[in-house]
Amino acid sequence: MTLKALNMGRANLEEFSATLIELGEKSKNILAVTSDSRGSGKLGPFAEKLPEQIVEVGIAEQNLVGVSAGLASADKSVFAVSPACFLATRSLEQIKNDVAYSNQPVTLVGISAGVSYGALGTTHHSLHDVAALRAINNIQVVVPADNFETREVIIAAAKSEKPIFLKFGKKAMPTLPRVKNEFEIGKASTICEGSDVAFIACGETVAPSYEAAQLLEKEGISAEVISMHTINPLDKQAVIDAAKKCKVIVTVEEHSIYGGLGEACASVLMQEQIVKPFKIVGIPDEDTVTGSQGDIFKHYGITAEGLKETTLKLLE
Amino acid sequence: MIRKENRMQEFTDLELKLKSVKYRKMLLKYIKQAKAGHTGGSLSCTDILNVLYNDVLNVSPENFSDKNRDRYIQSKGHSVEALYAVLADRGFYPESDLETMCQYQSKYVGHPTRKVNGIEFNTGALGHGLPISAGIALAGKKDKAAYKVFTLVGDGELAEGSNYEAAMMAAHYKLDNLVAILDHNALQITGPNREVCSPYPIDEKWKAFGWHVISIDGNSISELRETLNNIPAEVGKPTFIIANTVKGKGVSYMENEKKWHHGVPSDDEYERAIQELSTEEEELTKQLVTD
Ligand SMILES: Cc1ncc(C[n+]2csc(CCOP(=O)(O)OP(=O)(O)O)c2C)c(N)n1
Ligand SMILES: [Mg+2]
Repeated sequence: MTLKALNMGRANLEEFSATLIELGEKSKNILAVTSDSRGSGKLGPFAEKLPEQIVEVGIAEQNLVGVSAGLASADKSVFAVSPACFLATRSLEQIKNDVAYSNQPVTLVGISAGVSYGALGTTHHSLHDVAALRAINNIQVVVPADNFETREVIIAAAKSEKPIFLKFGKKAMPTLPRVKNEFEIGKASTICEGSDVAFIACGETVAPSYEAAQLLEKEGISAEVISMHTINPLDKQAVIDAAKKCKVIVTVEEHSIYGGLGEACASVLMQEQIVKPFKIVGIPDEDTVTGSQGDIFKHYGITAEGLKETTLKLLE
Repeated sequence: MIRKENRMQEFTDLELKLKSVKYRKMLLKYIKQAKAGHTGGSLSCTDILNVLYNDVLNVSPENFSDKNRDRYIQSKGHSVEALYAVLADRGFYPESDLETMCQYQSKYVGHPTRKVNGIEFNTGALGHGLPISAGIALAGKKDKAAYKVFTLVGDGELAEGSNYEAAMMAAHYKLDNLVAILDHNALQITGPNREVCSPYPIDEKWKAFGWHVISIDGNSISELRETLNNIPAEVGKPTFIIANTVKGKGVSYMENEKKWHHGVPSDDEYERAIQELSTEEEELTKQLVTD
């Protein structure tokens, strides 16, 4: 199999806002709730076209989530949009009690997630959101990789009767190939098949994983790449299958190496007694280096080159 | 005006005005270089930081670990560029350090961090500065220390509920060593505060919480000096200063324009800004000579 060169799409953020306008135009019941975040959420056009469907609460993320839960309980279809760092941290208790435990089907949209804000620094990074939310019952956590997954998850979220947290960045994303052109929350999506290394990645780290697969292919190493867009509920079977099929496993995420996708996969494999060389690639437990998202990815080996090196070491 | 023995230097209003121009030029230079920064809000609070660090706070690189130093906590952390300029000028680090601002591995990040000498707390998530400052002020009361605590809050930031939690508590504990300065530039990212989610009336709210409220021109060096050097304004009450400012102050085309919240000037725009500020600088220098 020869892996394909990737075509550039737009930012998942832009895909989100375009999709939300479509949905909003079809249904007046769709509301976007913002906390001085409509600009960062690319919701300017939404607000212009559908002024009655945007609710601004000011810079008050706890209020944002509480109000969203209230709106949802009165049958509104609510998208609460705020930078992931504030949404998943400041409002954590509102997410836990008002949304998840009270089972209000709010869609929490964490924009500029991970280290998208780059040199704005650690106050603006969201490297703990998955860890925090995985420990809360009754909230789906989805991190789409490309425009396709973003559009699909937004459409699915509008119909979902369960709470959902999703997050993405603001950089243009390549359109990934897929073995099957399908999307379902909770079902991993195989980007390409292989038998030496399995990359299990999510969000903006799937593309570099795929590029690493391309580099490895040139060295005669066959890589499977899985977009594990849903981290909760995790597609355990997909993790098990990939691990059984491949010699080594590398997980990749734009998140702390603690409590995220990597540890979720490790937990599944350990409990299935599947022990293979395994590496979690993400942001280590240290004061995150200053730089753009690209600089930070490079620094921590979340690049095609870095992932190739990690794989070669594991295969040794 | 209350004079402090431990102030490093004494400046005239005119000299401080000149410093403000210098800081505005500096912050624009480094924002331009970094291709990132919160321009409008840094320009609106430049005069406030100038007066604090050159006329009010007993804080210097030499006494920065002294328990009795005054404290400044920048709650609206996004305006870090103004703070970086002032701290460099006060000798906390060489100005040349700022050449690396926001670059790979730099410690000069786009929000305040304690990696930088002179900075007390990591801020930038809005709504944290006042509770932190209330805590420091409470410790000061317990220790019968003479220091004062100043925090700078944005008007959009007033939507964060944590401010009101701290407001209530600070009045309860009679923290008259605590000062919240509101950078009242009337804009936030989306637009005018009044239209986004109105914080008004501001003065009545804070009075009702038990604070002493003062409204001043927050870009006037003399009014800032007068007010900030007279703390406590009322014994037994924390002080809330509504500093009426202009977002983008000092650069005509940036003033009161929401797009300059985090706008970065192009080459052309940068030249024009520097020209305007240089003209102001020349005029002030002339006055200085004739005085
Ligand atoms: C908790 C939190 N929510 C959102 C933001 C994003 N943010 C940064 S600046 C800003 C607007 C601030 O407006 P204002 O307080 O009026 O500041 P100024 O006009 O002085 O720049 C927002 C929403 C943030 N930094 N922290
Ligand atoms: Mg403002």
